[in-house]
Amino acid sequence: MKWAWNKSAMVLAAGMLAVGVVALGAPPDVPKAGVAPTMPRYRFENFTTANGLPDNHVYAVLVDGDRVWVGTDNGLGLYENGKWKIYTTQDGLAHRAVLTLAFDKRTGDVWAGTMGGLSRISGGRIDTYTQLNSGLSNDVVYGVSVEGENVWVATAAGACRLDLHTGQWSLYNERNTPMVEIWVYGVSATPTKVYFAVWGSGLLEYDQRTGRWDKYEDPDGENEMVLFKDQGLIHEIVTSVSYVDNIVWAATYFGDSRYDGRYWHNFLTKDSGLPSNFTNFIKGVDANRAWFGTDKGLAYYDGVNWAVYRPSLTTGKPEMTVRDAKGNVTQVAVTTAPAHNYVLGIDFQGSDIWVATAKGLSHGILQR
Amino acid sequence: MKRRVQGRLRTAVVAGLCGLGAALCGIALWTGGPAHADVNGRTGEVLTYASPVEVLFSPDGTRLYVLCQGSAEVRVLDAASYAAIKNIAVGRVPRGFSLSADGKRLFVANSWDDTVSVIDTGTLEVAATWPVGAEPSSVVEDREGKQLFVANRISNDVAVLNAQTGAEEKRLAAGRGASYITPSPDGSRLYVTHVYPNFKPRRTGMENRTPPEAEITVIDTARAVVAERIPLHNIAHGFHVAFSTDGRLGVAAQLHPKNLVPLAHLEHSGAFADTLTLFGADVGKPVEIPLDELERYAVRPFGVAITADKSRIYVSCEGSEIVTVIDVERLLRFIHTHQGPYAQDLSASANYVVARIAVGHDPRGMVLSRDGKLLVANRLEDTLSVIDTRSNVLSKTVPLAGPKQLSVLRHGEQTFYTARYSFQGQIGCANCHIDSTFDGLTWDLEPDGFGRDIVDNRLLEDIKGTEPYKWNGGNPNLPTECGPRTEKYFWRAENYDDLTLTDLVVYVRSIPRRPNRWKLPGYELTPAQERGKALFMRTADKFGNPIPEGNRCSYCHSGSKGTSQKSFDVGTKKATDNTGLLDTPQLINVALTAPYLHDGSAATLEEIWTVFNPEDKHGRTNDLTKDELNDLIEYLRTR
Repeated sequence: MKWAWNKSAMVLAAGMLAVGVVALGAPPDVPKAGVAPTMPRYRFENFTTANGLPDNHVYAVLVDGDRVWVGTDNGLGLYENGKWKIYTTQDGLAHRAVLTLAFDKRTGDVWAGTMGGLSRISGGRIDTYTQLNSGLSNDVVYGVSVEGENVWVATAAGACRLDLHTGQWSLYNERNTPMVEIWVYGVSATPTKVYFAVWGSGLLEYDQRTGRWDKYEDPDGENEMVLFKDQGLIHEIVTSVSYVDNIVWAATYFGDSRYDGRYWHNFLTKDSGLPSNFTNFIKGVDANRAWFGTDKGLAYYDGVNWAVYRPSLTTGKPEMTVRDAKGNVTQVAVTTAPAHNYVLGIDFQGSDIWVATAKGLSHGILQR
Repeated sequence: MKRRVQGRLRTAVVAGLCGLGAALCGIALWTGGPAHADVNGRTGEVLTYASPVEVLFSPDGTRLYVLCQGSAEVRVLDAASYAAIKNIAVGRVPRGFSLSADGKRLFVANSWDDTVSVIDTGTLEVAATWPVGAEPSSVVEDREGKQLFVANRISNDVAVLNAQTGAEEKRLAAGRGASYITPSPDGSRLYVTHVYPNFKPRRTGMENRTPPEAEITVIDTARAVVAERIPLHNIAHGFHVAFSTDGRLGVAAQLHPKNLVPLAHLEHSGAFADTLTLFGADVGKPVEIPLDELERYAVRPFGVAITADKSRIYVSCEGSEIVTVIDVERLLRFIHTHQGPYAQDLSASANYVVARIAVGHDPRGMVLSRDGKLLVANRLEDTLSVIDTRSNVLSKTVPLAGPKQLSVLRHGEQTFYTARYSFQGQIGCANCHIDSTFDGLTWDLEPDGFGRDIVDNRLLEDIKGTEPYKWNGGNPNLPTECGPRTEKYFWRAENYDDLTLTDLVVYVRSIPRRPNRWKLPGYELTPAQERGKALFMRTADKFGNPIPEGNRCSYCHSGSKGTSQKSFDVGTKKATDNTGLLDTPQLINVALTAPYLHDGSAATLEEIWTVFNPEDKHGRTNDLTKDELNDLIEYLRTR
């Protein structure tokens, strides 16, 4: 009872604080003249079906050296030496809609999660795992991550792991984890920790050494107001997760989070350079830097400053804006932008970036 | 009628002889011990045959290394006199070996121990034994001595090990039954062949009626990744590969089954094509060429060697007990001037096969010497055939030390592997039971029309006590199965004499069960396997309703071998089946034997229940969640 009172008091206080912040006004986001921080500039080359892409709706992109794999709504594309090779269900692909891709750096194999199962592309051969022919928990595969001999899979009915040595499937769902909802949108696996982005059930952490599960939830519960910013995960609806340098980067439809194992730092449009709280994809570069795929453009955070790359929301013309630590926003003159603002996937090729969008694939070539 | 009665009498006599022979002679059938060919002979002696399978020269040509599967050792001989230098004990059922680039180490793949023995060729001692994947069958080191590549037959992959420490770095997905690795002449690529056809995922539901597909997995040695896969259409079983020294011609020995037509067509050469796949710059696109000729079949091509001057290809043919000799110039001229496909053309091989040299029982690996000798390891004869490649004449047969007496089991095994009893010598038992196992195929065996009564081939391991045989349970015992049935439906030729049939039956009953790779050491079960076992044994469903006896897993699949030896209708009868009442198959090493069900229509264990058990006739399973079904399968894999 005492705890309940305390929590209520905290909620009230935080609510008052939030109202005060709103009254004082959000950080400025109007472009200002001045010296912008140096942020990477790209020349974007965009691909559509007109130049060989299997479909304009691109869910995922994966770089493998000089090769670029693309998961689309109508097949898996491989871009190599300026040419496209398309893999379809006729080649053994589990389903035409390829939602996610992962690369096994050790073996060179590519894993493709689709709307109809999981496929492995290895030396040109495609092996497919479905909920009927294997232990895969569900055919709708939203995320996949390869760690050693384990393939971790996020599906519409829980997560699972395939041990490539033994062929054993282990399922993780509401029966053996703290997962309340079992709609798992993303997974990021390392030899020590595995993180799951669970739509409506927060962020799940699996410790590979101890076998212990931890759950990170939004301390505000299902309240859409952010009362306890930086007190925990920004929202329960987690769409993507990236674990790099012992830092968790988590994307939700209501903002994004960074967690270092002790402290949380959250990003919202109102107090960061994030172009939209509705984030489909997140990819950490290292402990301090990350890329964000939102419904209103592609964003980069270098630990202090932000850059947004997109066709203008009003004119559709290419646009790059930079926001410094003080909230000053500067427009940078550019002539190219990603193919579309609805960004679904990101990967890096050296200093270049590849971007999967709802209307095409983009190759961002770093300008020196 | 008289003939039928005689046949029954003979069967009864043979069955009696078999039992009597086993009892009198103390024939020790398999009891789960080591897989050495320790057999009791007719006199009761314990006979350990060498059973040579591979042979190698040392880099300087002075020594000969012979890999002996039966005695589980590497025998070191003087290459000139063939005198024994030393026998080096290795692991159980060694299947492949190779020398390091500098010749200082000899690596041996011990297929039943899941290890690689590292032999110091200076001291001729085993310097290390490294654990690898499931059923390692060949091993090759890269030229730099950095990495060791091991083909694992059961785990269907190639393990990459640190060549100095033996630490496994990764595994590369190979085809099914990865078994033999051959480096290209420059060492930049490794070519891996497979003894079973690739798995076929269910797409149309007719996968059990499509030709097999296999592959040669090509590994980029420097990067240790799969660079490409050469598809082998219609091929089920691949064996050795050889290259010409210029690297422009690669040759793979293989089996091309004709399992979609009734086996009754043996009389029209309708069972197998014994072929080679040629690839490389000399050929262009890979091409399959036959070795068979009417009445002169080259059954189960296994070993391949190409002379240094690229004038001849030699192919050992297990079942025919010959080495086939091919003129390379004539072969290349043929394929460049004739439109294929000609894999099944019995007139083709006359264009390039120039000799067939009789060798010993079950010839396997071969090696060429610098002075023009070809040595052939005759597995079931404990000899090496020495062929003079200038004259293509057998110049010498070198006996390996060991028993000279032919035991019952040895004779039975020879009978199992030879093709001499079938019509025109086309096939033997081992054609469908590769290395005495199975073949991963479905067959149209009966002469009841195309596509009727399709049956999945079953594993022969530890089948004593699992009778009756055949999916319809029609054969009450092995003497019937191996005798009249085989003679009538398979061989379509002369009958075995009674002694031969007895020995064959004794051998088949003795085929051991391979170690189960899913069992933990000590045979305790993992938590998932324990949960699965509870589901297997359960008598009530999840709602507390009793499961009728006949609908429990443990009722039909009872006992240590997983069969009640009774027939049941589990709801899997197809329109093309004559009966739905089917013999309960044993569960021995069931994880290895895909596809499943009597007609191979289930590509995986999961599909038995996710696809083919809508009415719970094949056990009560539709109340299970996905993770529970996974647990049940984890348990089955330990059987």
